[in-house]
Amino acid sequence: MIRKTVVAGFGVVLAVLAGSSFYRSRHLAEPVVAGPGVTRVATLGDYFEPVKGTINDSNVYVLEGREPGGTVLLLGGTHPEEPAGRLASWIFAENAELAQGRIFVILTANRSGSTATRLGGAYPPDYTIPTSWGGQKFRMGDRWSNPLDQWPDPEVYLHYPTRQELAYVDIRNLNRAFPGRPNGTLTERTCYAIVELIRREKVDIAIDFHEAELQYPVISTIVAHEKGADLAAAASMFISSVEGFAIGVENSPKALRGLSHREIGDATDAISLLLEAPEPFLDATRGRTDRALLLTGKDEFVVRAGKRGLLFEKIDENGWPIDIRVGRHTSTVLQILENWSADKPDRAVVVSGVPRYTEVVAKGTGAFLKDPGTAPAGKLFHE
Amino acid sequence: MATVVTLFYYLLTAYIAFLLIGNFLKRKNWQEEALTVIVLLPFILRLLRLK
Repeated sequence: MIRKTVVAGFGVVLAVLAGSSFYRSRHLAEPVVAGPGVTRVATLGDYFEPVKGTINDSNVYVLEGREPGGTVLLLGGTHPEEPAGRLASWIFAENAELAQGRIFVILTANRSGSTATRLGGAYPPDYTIPTSWGGQKFRMGDRWSNPLDQWPDPEVYLHYPTRQELAYVDIRNLNRAFPGRPNGTLTERTCYAIVELIRREKVDIAIDFHEAELQYPVISTIVAHEKGADLAAAASMFISSVEGFAIGVENSPKALRGLSHREIGDATDAISLLLEAPEPFLDATRGRTDRALLLTGKDEFVVRAGKRGLLFEKIDENGWPIDIRVGRHTSTVLQILENWSADKPDRAVVVSGVPRYTEVVAKGTGAFLKDPGTAPAGKLFHE
Repeated sequence: MATVVTLFYYLLTAYIAFLLIGNFLKRKNWQEEALTVIVLLPFILRLLRLK
């Protein structure tokens, strides 16, 4: 009896340790200090009632300029395990100021997905970006919605409305569920709410931030719906010649369904673009999957894979630090907006206060995260 | 429909947890007891909606 009590006690200790870690990870509140451009904060549920009050009733930070113009949507956290996208959208929400037009920023498009990590992936539960005021902690997140919020998965996932067969687990992948379904799963309803936002707010350009493993051919690029091919190509040329990094352009394939760059462009009047930055943390050949790898992008095994010609992007001992990945995203958006505004002055979106690539790399991402401890009243929100 | 399936999933999880606890009580050495406790852990956490 004593032996059984001791072993059961051991089990309780393990359950408490694991359970408290999972609980903290799911409930970690990430502060957002609304920047000078934010005029109001809506939620996805305001655009589609069935999402109201769910875990995916994500905040929508609305930035409005003094002059009317065009409207842009920035989607961060479609895949929360790709942190450069969330951090770039954070920088826009906390720093951007608009002279003309509007920007809608969603920092955590799939908030459910930000509350779990990949099963068997040994991911860290969170990571911290160093700042002058001590550092800001973020949830690590996963590619898919948390199974606690959407379960079970089917044997085969049939995308709505095309009925294309996709991997079963992708029924919880926000970037395989567009344009969404009003009476569908949580992930499909979230996509539907985003598409409703785009329709109701007459969004001109929807930009979805992502990161990719170096073994994936779609990397360091702008994936563009055919409506945005010229815009993406022009931005790519400008960036590659003046920004200090190269970025390509890929056409959104018509045969692969559910992705934002395809479905948002097809289902709405908006131009849909998707940005990919390199994230060695996601590579299958990576070594230890820890916070250091996530933030430095340094991994000797991925480097070795590169030397054997197995990668679609270069990597050396300097890795792919988070500041480079975030800077790529901010600069790409700024360049897209500049080209768009020059071409469509009546629908221009003129933004200032957002750092470009060289500034993010020089000062670090943390330099552009605001201290929640000194946030003015009414300006502090949580993701 | 998904809600009903989810409910059955949790009932099944509780049932397996119940069987594992019974198994734990029947074990005769500490190695098997420890193994049963470790197997039981994810079932208990799932019932508590911790993941």
